[in-house]
Amino acid sequence: MTTAKIYNFMGIRRYAVVFSALMLTVSVWSLYSQGLVLGLDFSGGTQIEVGYEEPADVAVIRQQLESAGFEGPVVVHFGAETDVLIRLQGEPDQALSEKVLQVLQSNNAKIELRRVDFVGPQIGDELREDGGLGMLTALAVVMLYVAIRFQLKFSIGAVLALAHDVIITLGIFSLARLEFDLTVLAAVLAVVGYSLNDTIVVSDRIRENFRKIRKATPIEVINESLSQTLWRTINTSVTTMLVLLALFFIGGELIHNFAVALMIGVGIGTYSSIYVAATVMLALKVDREDLLEPVEGELVDDLP
Amino acid sequence: MLNKFPLWKNLMILLIVAFGFIYASPNLFPPDPAIQLSGQSGAMVIDQLVLDQVEKSLDEAGIEYFAGEADGESLLVRLQDIKMQLRAKEVIQAEMGGNYIVALNLAPTTPDWLSSLGGVPMKLGLDLSGGVHFLLEVDLDSALAVRLEGDLQDIKATLREDRIRYRSFELVGNQIIGQFRDAEQIEKATALIRSNYRDLQPQYKNGQNPLSLVLQLSDIAGNLIEDNAIKQNLTSLRNRVNELGVSEPLVSRQGKNRIVVELPGVQDTAEAKRIIGKTANLEFRLESLTKSGETFKFRNPGGQGPEARLENKAVITGENVTDARASFDENGRPQVNITLDAKGGWQMGHATRDNIGRRLSVLFIEYKTKLEKSIDENGEVVITPIPFVEKHIISLATIQAQLGKQFRITGLDGQRESSELALLLRAGALAAPMYIVEERTIGPSLGADNIQLGVKSVTVGMAMVLVFMLVIYRAFGIAANIALGMNLVLLIAFMSLLGATLTLPGIAGIVLTVGMAVDANVLIFSRIREELAEGASVQSAISAGYDRAFVSILDANITTLIVALILFLIGSGPVQGFAVTLSIGILTSMFTSIVMTRGLVNMVIGGRKIDKLWI
Repeated sequence: MTTAKIYNFMGIRRYAVVFSALMLTVSVWSLYSQGLVLGLDFSGGTQIEVGYEEPADVAVIRQQLESAGFEGPVVVHFGAETDVLIRLQGEPDQALSEKVLQVLQSNNAKIELRRVDFVGPQIGDELREDGGLGMLTALAVVMLYVAIRFQLKFSIGAVLALAHDVIITLGIFSLARLEFDLTVLAAVLAVVGYSLNDTIVVSDRIRENFRKIRKATPIEVINESLSQTLWRTINTSVTTMLVLLALFFIGGELIHNFAVALMIGVGIGTYSSIYVAATVMLALKVDREDLLEPVEGELVDDLP
Repeated sequence: MLNKFPLWKNLMILLIVAFGFIYASPNLFPPDPAIQLSGQSGAMVIDQLVLDQVEKSLDEAGIEYFAGEADGESLLVRLQDIKMQLRAKEVIQAEMGGNYIVALNLAPTTPDWLSSLGGVPMKLGLDLSGGVHFLLEVDLDSALAVRLEGDLQDIKATLREDRIRYRSFELVGNQIIGQFRDAEQIEKATALIRSNYRDLQPQYKNGQNPLSLVLQLSDIAGNLIEDNAIKQNLTSLRNRVNELGVSEPLVSRQGKNRIVVELPGVQDTAEAKRIIGKTANLEFRLESLTKSGETFKFRNPGGQGPEARLENKAVITGENVTDARASFDENGRPQVNITLDAKGGWQMGHATRDNIGRRLSVLFIEYKTKLEKSIDENGEVVITPIPFVEKHIISLATIQAQLGKQFRITGLDGQRESSELALLLRAGALAAPMYIVEERTIGPSLGADNIQLGVKSVTVGMAMVLVFMLVIYRAFGIAANIALGMNLVLLIAFMSLLGATLTLPGIAGIVLTVGMAVDANVLIFSRIREELAEGASVQSAISAGYDRAFVSILDANITTLIVALILFLIGSGPVQGFAVTLSIGILTSMFTSIVMTRGLVNMVIGGRKIDKLWI
């Protein structure tokens, strides 16, 4: 019917299964054995960002702080040579930032306090719980929506694809020892939204084709659907990647990891909407029969 | 296939476009730096006379300003240069003195015709405007303990008056436990407590020796005390924040026992923290004549020795203070003049009348928190905040005559302490101690940097998407690009109108929306191409493309909206900002990418005979 080329995506689905299984195993292993590098939002503690007029030497600053009696301060450059981030773990005191500033100003350095974050231990715990809970709620609600709107097999496919994306994104964060904070959590949830978007568009086409093409095996229907939506999938991924690159390079240090998480997620999400969701549906033996009861108003051309 | 919109549909699109431009435009006018002046009490009139004085002081200091406005309650002077803002504040504060609150402000410059239409610029979150965010936890247990301690003293006194003999009465945890020798006494005591202290639930078991009576606060009473404690803390925090001179502070309750304080634009964060975080109270207690009572140290162990023994019960506390002013005594030492409410005045008068010649002390109480490290059963280091109370005697003086509603406190460390103590007493005591569990301070320069980076990322990201769409979809790319631009305008318009706060993650959300909003157009255009490839005529391909893609777009966007909603519900501050921009962006993009591009396409090629589409 269409002149568009049909690719045999499902023909290599065994390799996709192996690839996904490998990625998932490594991710889960890494998350289990070394966990995530939790940012201040989740770990609690104090972090102070100061701006110097001249490029600052972090080693000197560390020594300054240590000789003033601060326990194991972590001092790193933050985005620029003149910007320094000081992290003090475990001794959060309400007047800490003032003390640090006093110490640093003692040798007449011109510095400016740019940011102080203090997160008490109980807040960190709560945020961790809320974050995990939110992720699970999101998955559950989405599964319900897709199950109602499409069909249970689609819903299982979509949710497994989402879980796949989230676990691998977290896994890469854990492997690369990238800091996981609140903005990254937001990014991961946005990945859920994005990947879902992709999966829904593909599922929509699969449903449509199951109803339209009568003499074809499920594999053929899925291959045709994936081929038809391929360009759309690629184009949307490209535009999203373009803006993420802008955020990554220009957005500043504070949303750097946000952009990284989304770039990983969009990449994985594009792959999973082609392979994971459809493969799961095939494994569940999705068939025309599953979609026989028509949902009103679906494919009816409602133009006047 | 005509592909023509009826007139009303085109008009509606035009109307929404106009709406978008009007309500997004207030963001184009940068606010003026300004100084706001108001009085310490509501009774002060701030009129043209005060304004003249303020303007004169600015003239003398050589600070350039636009005309000021006074409305009787406060006045606002717009400055020409933001760098002079702090200097102007100092100049005006020095000129006007301590009875006025001088605050830094940003005055909107929205033209009148826009404001009269309800147009307002977007609110900026703290990470963009700079400022302080505190999350304070109220220690409700100690509010209960204070109440029980008071009840305990009262009960003991009442029992003694009624000649009911008890062995001991003390506070154990959140229970008052009394011990009695015989059953008759305990029954009498129980009856007395039942009738006089309805909030306390007495319980005892027969046959024990000694007989013990357990008193516990009822749940309702407990909840009421906790609720009142939070409310009183909120009120006194608001008062304190007002004294700080912040233009648009936020003080609100969060959850059961937390309070959020946000102070946008605060420069001196150290001062803010001292005033907010300081939980001080005063108690006036008589010196103990017997061996009972508590011993306290002097804050300045001078001539009076290191410590003194005071009675357990306070005559009055800081709660009875209605006004407190810092000043100096005849010898130039700092003092605080205190005015009490009627009840406090009566109690003070009563207590001092009968005790002339005895000594009365002023006890300064500070609630502090220290964080203790310990190692839990899993071997992990756990940090728990341990609230503790420091009580020191500021002064101990012989009562010369009966005291009334007004008197003064001396023995303070310096002028700064006297004015801080006055402020804390005036603003109201806290019913329960609080400690900071989260603090976010963002310097003004970082906020400005964040805005700049955000605007740049939106611009660059959008430019790349525009070029990409133009290359891939050519003529239709233009329609998609116009829609994308309009989407941004509408997004800003709705955010401004709804009073949503823009944060840095919120900007990231806008950038992401820009990238994802074209998805709908990509879907539609891909469909049109397919239809054309299948041999459909130009007009029917357009029509079918839009209709067939619609279902996919709707499903995809609703699910993303669900995720954004969940993000909003679980997130805090900045993350919520992201969820808000994402949600609004999804809704506006549905309109621009489906309805608006269709309108554009219809306008240009609808109803015409065209053989080839440039898509």
